[in-house]
Amino acid sequence: MSEKYDLIVLGGGPAGMSSAIYGSRSRLKTLVLEAKRKTGGQPSTYHDMENYPGVPETTASELMENFRTHAEKFGTEFKKGEVKSLEVDGFEKIIKCKKGEEYRAKSVVIATGAEPRKLGIKGEEEFKGKGVSYCATCDADLFTDLDIVVVGNGNSAVEESIYLTKFVNKITMIVIHDEGVMDAEKILQEKAMENDKIEFVWNSVLEEIKGEGIVEKAVVKNIKNGEKSEIDCSGVFFFVGRVPSTDFLEGVVDLTEHGYVKTTKQMETNQPGVYAVGDVRNKVVRQVITAAGDGATAAVMAQSYIEEEEYWQNHVVNADKPALVAFWSVTDQESMDLISQLEAMELENKGYKFLKIDTYKNRLISDRYDVEEIPTLLKIKAGEVVSKLVKPEKEEIKELI
Amino acid sequence: MIELNKDNFEEEVLNFDGKVVVDFWSESCDHCMEIMPEVKKLAEEFADDFKFAKLDIKGNRRLAIGQKVLGLPSIVFYENGEKVEHLSGEDLEPEDIRKELEARA
Repeated sequence: MSEKYDLIVLGGGPAGMSSAIYGSRSRLKTLVLEAKRKTGGQPSTYHDMENYPGVPETTASELMENFRTHAEKFGTEFKKGEVKSLEVDGFEKIIKCKKGEEYRAKSVVIATGAEPRKLGIKGEEEFKGKGVSYCATCDADLFTDLDIVVVGNGNSAVEESIYLTKFVNKITMIVIHDEGVMDAEKILQEKAMENDKIEFVWNSVLEEIKGEGIVEKAVVKNIKNGEKSEIDCSGVFFFVGRVPSTDFLEGVVDLTEHGYVKTTKQMETNQPGVYAVGDVRNKVVRQVITAAGDGATAAVMAQSYIEEEEYWQNHVVNADKPALVAFWSVTDQESMDLISQLEAMELENKGYKFLKIDTYKNRLISDRYDVEEIPTLLKIKAGEVVSKLVKPEKEEIKELI
Repeated sequence: MIELNKDNFEEEVLNFDGKVVVDFWSESCDHCMEIMPEVKKLAEEFADDFKFAKLDIKGNRRLAIGQKVLGLPSIVFYENGEKVEHLSGEDLEPEDIRKELEARA
């Protein structure tokens, strides 16, 4: 038997945990599934956290622990599990994990984030854990008083290099751009330039990592003149962007060509009741605060989805009498007239369940029954549409009943 | 599990006739601390086939680098003083260690 939840969040980073905080506070039975032993996602592998509004003095991992405490306070459950597949069967979503665990949920928030990008350079895989690292806070003290190379020049590359200078003897940053040009924000660039322990190699890329059992040399190539040089070092840190963790979602929700989940501004994927938030989503700004915002939006959307869907299931699909459903909108006078006309017909006394769907608020049901014009009137029996009248005349309605 | 340091490493591991498993760890390595209780259980379970030891890399960095350990946690297998296997990485699970122990017992 698999356990059933209102909301299952895939991934325990800032986006996922924000969804969990909002979900469980709204009394949704909420589960967070995290593949790693430790929750916190990407920030838990970083050190500094200087731009989370309202929390001027904190570290990234401390902030992430607080996110978790906050979610647990409202009753969120946390379990460890790497998701293997997501199946959407109408109102039921089935999640299977690699070790065989199975969970069911009414709504799902995908917050699986992104993994550090691997460059596939010669030696990169061979020396993983033997000098090659993607996580400064994890491995910094191993390199105490040693020389290291950092590949990358974006915000994380520069921030993490500054953090690493507290441990290592010297850092050489390999930068692909012209001298003085980096992708990182100006404020970070200045900090790095002022730091005595950081040196730069411009116009260059890392070509190979060499060593006997552990990293000993980095081979660097100048892209302007093709010249190669070797740098003696004990470690190579890669901070060259990230790739979304969405392999298990292919064919389930729409993805971009780079593998990010496509969503609306309301975090909806193309599957009703399935949302995507944070770094896994196709968007431009990827910060802890924007991830948290995504998470909150998705949880609120999930809650109204569940309410609408349950109402529909209880009153229409599983109802013991046929239902007449009128699709209307306040902006359409004709549809308002139809509603008053139907209300005057005392349909409940004639053995019908009568429902009104506001197409502006409830697109989910309107889309499911291909309601393109209003007013539209549907007669539904045991979940099946028996007749559909678009802009019906009085006579047609009488005939229907 | 035997506590190793630069004074006893050679005697307990490199000059030992038999199979030794060394857990390289550090207090700042969260994953090391998480799997440590599981490793202790494995040490009891496989006590007949292996000698289990652990090395805190704090204060023993040169020794760790000498054993080509530059990533934590690292579980290194020795047979008659020769390094025969090196498991490491943040996704290392106690089950991976168990499999290796079963294969080498």
